[in-house]
Amino acid sequence: MDRGKFVERVLFLLALSSISSLVIITIFIFMEGLPLIFHTGLKDFIFSSHWAPTKGYFGIGAMIVSSLLVTLGAMVLGVPLGLACAIVLAEFCSERLRRLLKPTLELLAGIPSVVYGFLGVIWLVPLIRNHLGGPGLSLLAAAVILGIMILPTIISISIDALTAVPDIYRDGSIALGATEWQTVRRVVLPAASSGIITAIILGMGRAVGETMAVIMVAGNALKIPASILEPVRTLTSNIALELGYAAGRHREALFATGIVLFVIIMILNLSATLITRRR
Amino acid sequence: MGGTSISTMSYSPKKIKPAGERSQGFSTHGSYPAFSFQAGKSLWFGSLLLALGLLLGIWGCRGRADTASRALCIAGSTSVQPFAEKLAEVYMQQHPGERIDVQGGGSSAGIYAAQQGAADLGASSRELVEAEKALHEIPIAWDGIAVIVHPSNPLNNLRLEQLRQIFQGKIANWRELGLPPHAIDTITREEGSGTREAFEHLVMGKTFITPGALVQDSNGSVREIVAGDPYSLGYISAGLVDERVKTVAVDGILPTRENIKNQTYKLVRRFLLVGRVPPAGRCLAFVDFILSPQGQRLLEAEGLVGVK
Repeated sequence: MDRGKFVERVLFLLALSSISSLVIITIFIFMEGLPLIFHTGLKDFIFSSHWAPTKGYFGIGAMIVSSLLVTLGAMVLGVPLGLACAIVLAEFCSERLRRLLKPTLELLAGIPSVVYGFLGVIWLVPLIRNHLGGPGLSLLAAAVILGIMILPTIISISIDALTAVPDIYRDGSIALGATEWQTVRRVVLPAASSGIITAIILGMGRAVGETMAVIMVAGNALKIPASILEPVRTLTSNIALELGYAAGRHREALFATGIVLFVIIMILNLSATLITRRR
Repeated sequence: MGGTSISTMSYSPKKIKPAGERSQGFSTHGSYPAFSFQAGKSLWFGSLLLALGLLLGIWGCRGRADTASRALCIAGSTSVQPFAEKLAEVYMQQHPGERIDVQGGGSSAGIYAAQQGAADLGASSRELVEAEKALHEIPIAWDGIAVIVHPSNPLNNLRLEQLRQIFQGKIANWRELGLPPHAIDTITREEGSGTREAFEHLVMGKTFITPGALVQDSNGSVREIVAGDPYSLGYISAGLVDERVKTVAVDGILPTRENIKNQTYKLVRRFLLVGRVPPAGRCLAFVDFILSPQGQRLLEAEGLVGVK
């Protein structure tokens, strides 16, 4: 066997292992979780908010709403910041500043989520408790932390989308007398819009899926929050919080929570792929 | 997290073996002198599989071979874990050559592991339910559940009924307890936790803990939150109370050692070790050590109350 063939084979095996692990995970989650959904009924499982799994109540409605609210909050904070940062980096900033900012952003992406969570607990949570009220562990805290965590995703993909816009567009616009900002707003951004939407959707996926940092700052209460200062529990937190102690139906219910999460993330990723492809 | 324990425990033996075989297979490939480049690659691949195997192995902790060198495995309740670790440490010092692995994962996971034989002994901080009664249980200690508040909170005593109403969400403001008005931040443990189960059994009766309560997944983080939030109220294992939080008496009785031992304090639970079969051999020796005056003294020194 020659060297090239061998390397090829090793790489093929590695590639297969990633695909097969995805397939195995999918099958496993559905096998473990579906019995509970059949037992409870899909409607009760998704729309009821009464979660007391050791007593036979399996409703994850409040958590679905909370997950969506936390994600929405993260988007409200993360998208304007991320987009602004991407536009500056791709269009306006000097080479020197870019060389400073880009690695910083990459560093931000490399910080483990538990560190974000820890920062949230010791710094953000007391801040919210003392100045805004409530227990501090809240929807707001989770949204702020997630908003920061999704920045690298949004920024790096948006930058790729912006730099992919051909320079002739910019030159043409400037030649017609538009200012630089008009060029960015009217020409570059619309041309890069599908890439930017993809960035936002992938950022959303990251926010929906984040677990550790959210468990630490969200407070994990089981009801639909009445204000942004109230504690919430997301789908991911629910699984991570309770799996350690769960058995029987309770354990199935957590896997069923995983199915719902899986479907949400699949929808997000699929729409990101479709939007990119349409371009 | 602890969650992985359950999902992998029963699968690990099957997974570890192929991983080991494959990594071996590849390293022999790599040892051909002509394949110096591939050697690096396959070594890397092998170590990846090895790491995966180890990861699974840590949770599985059962070797099929029942040799004397095999470690005794105790898995389960995170409330029992620190005490079991202490006992194991002292026991191993006294019996060189003996090895005891103590793992967390939760009471239910520990009981499951004992049923499956994945662990020699399961540790539980809750009573066994009907379906688990086939297991052999050994009570090792009593533990009180302490109700804690921030040190700046002037509250000294709660009636059991008040405590229940706070956790039901019926008393939601400190004003109703005669303190300056502010919402009570009630903190509970997650569903399935042994401490929560004991609390529900002892305090809540048939009623539910309010969905508005904050949920934390360990005694430590409940204590951490209460230590930081002046308006909070939570419950943790009495052995783990420290000076950063204040213990509140229930029905006028504080969870002191004497009050737990003579059961005048209401919120008391048992710590159990469970096994598929009555302990024998090395297992029995360790259990005997735990129940010996020395073992019980160790538990008392760590804040629990002995059964003997």
